[in-house]
This record gives sequence, structure tokens and C-alpha cells, in this order.
Amino acid sequence: MTGDVDGDRPGDEDDRSPEEPATDGGTDHPAESPIAEHARPAGGDAPETGLAGPTPEDRPHPTGRRDEHGVRKEPDHGPEPTRRATVSALVEDEPGVLARAAGLFRRRQFNIESLTVGPTTVEGHSRITLVVEETEAGIEQAKKQLAKLTPVIAVGELSEDAVAAELVLLKVRGEEPDKVHAITSMYDGQTLDAGPRTITVQITGDENTIDDAIDAFDQFGIIEIARTGQTALERGDSPTTPGEEPGHSAGSTDDDEFTNYDD
Amino acid sequence: MSEPATPDAASPEGGDAEGRTDDEQERPEAADGTDTAEEEAAAREEAATRAPGSGAEAVVAALEAAGVETAFGVQGGAIMPVYDALSASTVDHVTMAHEQGAVHAADAYGIVRGDPGVCMATSGPGATNLVTGIADASMDSDAMLALTGQVPSDMVGSDAFQETDTVGVTAPITKHNYFASDSDEVGSTVGEAFALANTGRPGPTLVDLPKDVTFGETDRPVGEPTAPDRAVPDLEADEEQVEAAARAIQDAERPLCLFGGGVIKGDATEQARAFAREFEIPVVTTMPGIGSFPEDDDLCLSWAGMHGTGYANMAITHTDCLIAVGTRFDDRLTGGVDTFAPEAEVVHVDIDPAEISKNVHADYPVVGDAATVLDQLDAAIGYGDAPDTESWRAQCDEWRERYPMDYAIDPDEPVKPQFVVEAFDAAMDDDAYVTTGVGQHQMWAAQYWTYREPRTFVSSHGLGTMGYGLPGAIGARVAADDDREVISFEGDGSFLMTIQELSVAVREDLDITVVVLNNEYIGMVRQWQDAFFEGNHMASQYDWMPEFDTLAEAFGAKGFRIDEYDDVEDVVEAALAYDGPSVVDAHIDPEENVYPMVASGAANGQFALAEDQL
Repeated sequence: MTGDVDGDRPGDEDDRSPEEPATDGGTDHPAESPIAEHARPAGGDAPETGLAGPTPEDRPHPTGRRDEHGVRKEPDHGPEPTRRATVSALVEDEPGVLARAAGLFRRRQFNIESLTVGPTTVEGHSRITLVVEETEAGIEQAKKQLAKLTPVIAVGELSEDAVAAELVLLKVRGEEPDKVHAITSMYDGQTLDAGPRTITVQITGDENTIDDAIDAFDQFGIIEIARTGQTALERGDSPTTPGEEPGHSAGSTDDDEFTNYDD
Repeated sequence: MSEPATPDAASPEGGDAEGRTDDEQERPEAADGTDTAEEEAAAREEAATRAPGSGAEAVVAALEAAGVETAFGVQGGAIMPVYDALSASTVDHVTMAHEQGAVHAADAYGIVRGDPGVCMATSGPGATNLVTGIADASMDSDAMLALTGQVPSDMVGSDAFQETDTVGVTAPITKHNYFASDSDEVGSTVGEAFALANTGRPGPTLVDLPKDVTFGETDRPVGEPTAPDRAVPDLEADEEQVEAAARAIQDAERPLCLFGGGVIKGDATEQARAFAREFEIPVVTTMPGIGSFPEDDDLCLSWAGMHGTGYANMAITHTDCLIAVGTRFDDRLTGGVDTFAPEAEVVHVDIDPAEISKNVHADYPVVGDAATVLDQLDAAIGYGDAPDTESWRAQCDEWRERYPMDYAIDPDEPVKPQFVVEAFDAAMDDDAYVTTGVGQHQMWAAQYWTYREPRTFVSSHGLGTMGYGLPGAIGARVAADDDREVISFEGDGSFLMTIQELSVAVREDLDITVVVLNNEYIGMVRQWQDAFFEGNHMASQYDWMPEFDTLAEAFGAKGFRIDEYDDVEDVVEAALAYDGPSVVDAHIDPEENVYPMVASGAANGQFALAEDQL
């Protein structure tokens, strides 16, 4: 025994072999019974209530700490920054898959900025594109949890230079059709419906473009608005989710699929 | 006992000085000889290849093809076709009193067997009554298959009688769930769900079975139960991860093994024991990890966390290298994450990458199967390069002496619950199965029973489901070999939640002993009210408790009662001798509290030993 244990405990309790009964027949004190290894007579070294030992204040405690993600840190560490990430998940196109993905994000309290879903060129596969605003650890966790869902085939985070776009439909007041048309042209948009009282236009582009366009149309009075949320693909030959196979319609030239992209 | 770090110590034979070898813990069936095994394989093959007549027969064929021996359930309208088909099956069915009993029994059955337990219920309330137990299985990563009846497909969504969106309700608490929509495919879907439950990190799966699908005709064989390829993880960890973790362990001065439930579920007990012994690294377990390492081994500091031993919590607070295997760092283990193992580099071995760095950052993540990775780590560290742990072990032993689990007893006062637990432990085999409800009694059963074998502590950990103990004991009893004993510790509050299952234990003539540690309180709540709510015992005190021994007799079980210390030894002997279900109503000290205790969010090393330290 190496410890500097207080010497006031009766050692005979500890040294007794479990097989050896303390007394024969009716025991005087149940604490003497061989059936209860940790029982001690009241008034002895075990306290009346609770357990023996140094109090919390009398124990050494390391000064190190961890942050909210369990990372060891310096004591004066500030809140962790968040960033925006676009995550693409290739999924089996089966009922409920979107609900599972959305439910996961709700349940784990990940902040979703947008979520889009649509078929791919592979029959039975869909792509879900999520934009999340999270800490680095939160983004990693979101990707891992998403990958765990059984219908999810692959998950990838898009790089900063990935191509991303969304579509917005804007219904504005029709009092100034010429001006509306001019701004629509400025954003390479299309007029989908024009009536005496309202004009509806469609603008596509990255998120900033859409935000700017909405600001520009605000002067006419926006009546209704519908945004799709961002969808995205990696540039060039990089697959959008790891290990993703080129789609069937790109496979017409077999091994040369990617050359089609140059046309 | 001090074992040298010789290669011999790593072998199963060198393992356990008490002579209770742990190398025979595998499924007892394996020892039955090849004839039985071949017959079973042939039966499974036949079930997988025969042409069923209906969807329901396909469901049953899928269970047979998966080798299911027993299912637990409750009948009802929408599941009737499946039950009808089940009557002609080799699968035994235990009819439970309530669906919650069925799901907990299946859960415990699965824990004991290492194969998914199967439970069945009808649509609507049958399915929703399973929900608590499915959530329980999900939290504890218990492999389980739930089959639920559903209203006919053309009525789904119409709010038909006994209709619930079972797939929707259970989606967040299952590993995956399925809505069967085709009689031809329902059998293979059930097979897939069964296989998936036990693939990689285990968990519950569910198949919702509309009545038209189970009634519908099909002659398509169900095939072998197969999990989707994507769900099958690599067992072996990346060699670079293993090397990095091995270096960290070698460089440690105060290494500590933290064995979680994943060690048991991954059948890695043998490797875990060999690893810790070979390198003489002290061991703490989580609560679900109880039994992964023998608690009477000198290296074992028992379990850490909120009510873990003082020495385990001291060790986890001061280790400089925490070798965590198969644990998800639950808050009841970590206490406040900010003060958790603050000096430790964390090696985290887990089959589920989503657990790595989820709650506690892993400095050395190692993704793989627990048994495989422990072998890899063992090889990577090598005999000559183990860390020198002598002084660290001496420190742990000192903590063990300083923070004893001893309790004071006075023969004229009410019986201490710890005494009752120890008395049953002394009288029962070392490999007995212990199930519990949730609360103070569960903590005493975990603290004062000495666990030596995996799968012997069968409890509700993550979800904390009161009422788990009795149905859990029924499931464990049905799963276990006849020569293994089963005991359930219950609180009075816990027992009342599923007491109706006593009718099942009597009807099935199950030899189980239920010990109610009766303090006429929801004791853990009362303890917290005393500590944190100025003793305001709102809704925690029972003004009236039934006499559980008399109640047991009314059910047809044998009832016993403990009022004082002098009763204990005789009642223990008589209750265990009774061949059938017995209930011991043990009237314990109502004011006894569970210590040590780490307050919610507090530092593990600051565990309280008495209320005034909270």
C-alpha cells in the first residue's frame, strides 16, 4: 500500500478473508456479516450519512479546462467563430429522405440557412444541398450525422470556388413597367408575367446577386417573393460528393464523359 | 495481486486470477456441437429460400432466416396477420402485458444474446407504447427489431382507427425505419432491418407493416438478411491513426483506459482485458461498460461519472492520456465538459465516426471495431515500449483507499439498501444477470454489486427509463442459459411502472428474483429535492405503497419481505431457492442517499461524499 492513508481505520475489517465468517450463527452486528463487504458499524470510521474521504476542497484539481467542444484550451479563450458551409448530400430517392435530413438538423440544433432537393441524372438518386451557419466543429458534426442516415450515399462540403446559384421569383407592383424591365435586364432576369397591376420576374444567380436584386426591386414595392435556396456543384472534374460517379446521361462517351464539359 | 507485463498475461488463460475465466463468455450455443449449428443453418437457409404465401408469412420467414428464436409482443388489429403466420413458425412468442414490457424485454434479450431482440405491436397505441423502449435502445445502442402493424395502405393518412404515423414518430429514435409498401418485398425489408440493427454500431430498427401488405399474396423468397453495403463499416482502423494513438499511449505517464458499452457490444472484452493487463494500465468503465473489465481486478477502479466511485473520478480527472473505447462521453460520465479530464490527451476508439469529437475532442481519433482496434493498438505499442505506470497505479490505489465505498449500519435502524445488494451478490453466482429500473436503487445495484462478466449488468442507461427492470429481467431470463441466475433490482416507483409484467413471469414460469428497494419515495428525486430544492418533496413521496410481497402473491409469484437486518440472510436464501418468480419487498432506510455524487455540470474530481458538499 503506497498511500498516506489516515491510520485511524480498523485494519481487521479489511484483512478478513471473505470466506471467513465473523461469528458463528446469529451475528451480533450485521456489519460483521460476511455477506456485506462494505458495511461498517455505525460510530466507526464510515460516516453516519454519505461516504468517508477528503472533501472536494481538500482534493487537488488540475487547472486545465476544455471549451464547449471538449477541446483543451487556455482559460481566456473567446467564443468560437461560425462560418457558412454548403454541404451536398447524394441520397437515395425514397419517401421521407428529405424529412430525415431536415429532422436531423432540427434535432441536433444545426442552423440551416437553406435546403434544396432535386433529382440527379442517376435514377433513384437525389441531391440535397444544405447551407449551414455553424462553428467548425458544428459543420463537421453535421456532415457526419448526415452521412450516418441510411439513405444517404455520400456527403461532401463544397469548396469556396464551387459554382452555386439560386432562383428567386419576385412579384412587384406594375406601375412602372419600364423601370422594372430595366432592372430585370440588368440582372439578366426574365419577365414571367406582366399585368396592369403586377409584374413577376425571375432572377438567378449567387446569393449576393439575389440579395442585391431584391434590394433593387424594393423601390417598386415587392408584393410576394419566393426563393429556392442555394444549390451548388463543384467546379471542373472534382466530384461534388466524394466518390460520386458521373451521371448516366454524361456516360454516353463512356470514359470520356468529362470531355463533354468542354463543349 | 500484481501481474507482470508478460506476454502470458495477455492470453486468456493468464487473464483472471480468480479463476472465473472470461474467455468462455461467447454464445453458449457455440459449444453445443456442430450438429445443432448445422441444423440451425439449414433451417435458416430453408426459411430464406422457401416461397411464402403472404406478406405476413414472408415477415415470419425473414425472422426465421435471421435465426430469431423468440419475439416479445402484444396482439392487436393491424398486426393480426403476422401473428396468425407466427403461429406456424419456429419463432417462440412471449405475450407481454403491455407493449412497453415487450420492447424492454426484447432490449434485454438482445443485450444478453448479442443478437437483435425482436418486439411486435399493433398500430396506433401498440406502436406508440413501444416508443419509450425504442428510444431507450437507441440511446444505449442496443440492437433491436420492432415490427408494428399499420392500417391498410389506402387508409394511411386518413386518421383511420388506430392509425399513427409510426415511421414519422420513430424516425429520430431508430437507426433506420421502413414503411413496407409491397408484399413481395416486405420479407427482404424485415431481413434488412434485422441485419442493419446489428451492423456497425448497433441500434433499433423498425418495420411498419400495413395490413394489406401482410395480407397480400407473394411467393417471393425473402433471401438472407442483409444490411445495405453502405452501412457495413471497416473494422480495421487506419494504420496512421493507430500509430499516432500508440505513440501517445507510450508517452503517457498516467494513462487510463475508459471502457464503454461499445467494448461489450463489440465483443471486445477479451481484447480490452488483455490490453489493460499487458500494459498495466488502470481501468475505469462507463455505466454501460460495466462488466467489460472484472471489478475485482486490481487494475479496475469501477465506473466513473455522476455516481461513480471517487477513485474512478479522481483517476479520470488526473490522467494525462485517456484511452476511451466505445463510449459517447455522455454528460452523466463527463460532468461539466470544461473540467472533464482536463490534463488528458484523448484517444477515442469508436466504430461510429459521428461520435468522435462530438462531446469531447479526440486528440487521437481511431475509427474502427473495438476488438480489432485494440489488437492493432496492442501490436503497435509492442512489449518493450509500454509506459511505466507503477507510480500512477500506486496513486490510483491510494485514491481507492482514501475514498472507500463503505457505509455505516446500525442494527436498530432501517436496513441500508447497499447491504441488501451486497447480500444478494454474496449469495449469487458471479455470472448472474442483474437488471434494474432507474433511480437510486439502480445506482446501488451498480455500485455495490461486483460485476465480472460482460452483458451481466442489464439496465437503462442513456434514456433512464423507470420500469425497465422487470421486463428486462423477463427478456434476460428467456435469453439466458438455464444455469445462469437473473435478479432484478427495482425501486418502488420503478416497479409500479411495469409491475403488470409479473403476470408474464408467472405464466411463463420464469425463475427470476425481483428485489424492490422500497423507500416509499421516488428516491433520486427526493435526494435532489433535499440537495437543490430545500427539501420540498413535491410529488416524490408516496403516501401509500402497496405491499409488494402480498401483491406478488396475488399475481401468483412468491412474496417476501425484509424489515430489518435479521431478515436479510434468510430472505435472500429463500427467495433465491424459490423456483419461479419471486418478489422481495425490502423496506430500506428511506433517507439513504446515493454517494459519491457529481452535481450536474460539475467537475468529476469535485464529487460530493455527503449532502453538505453539494
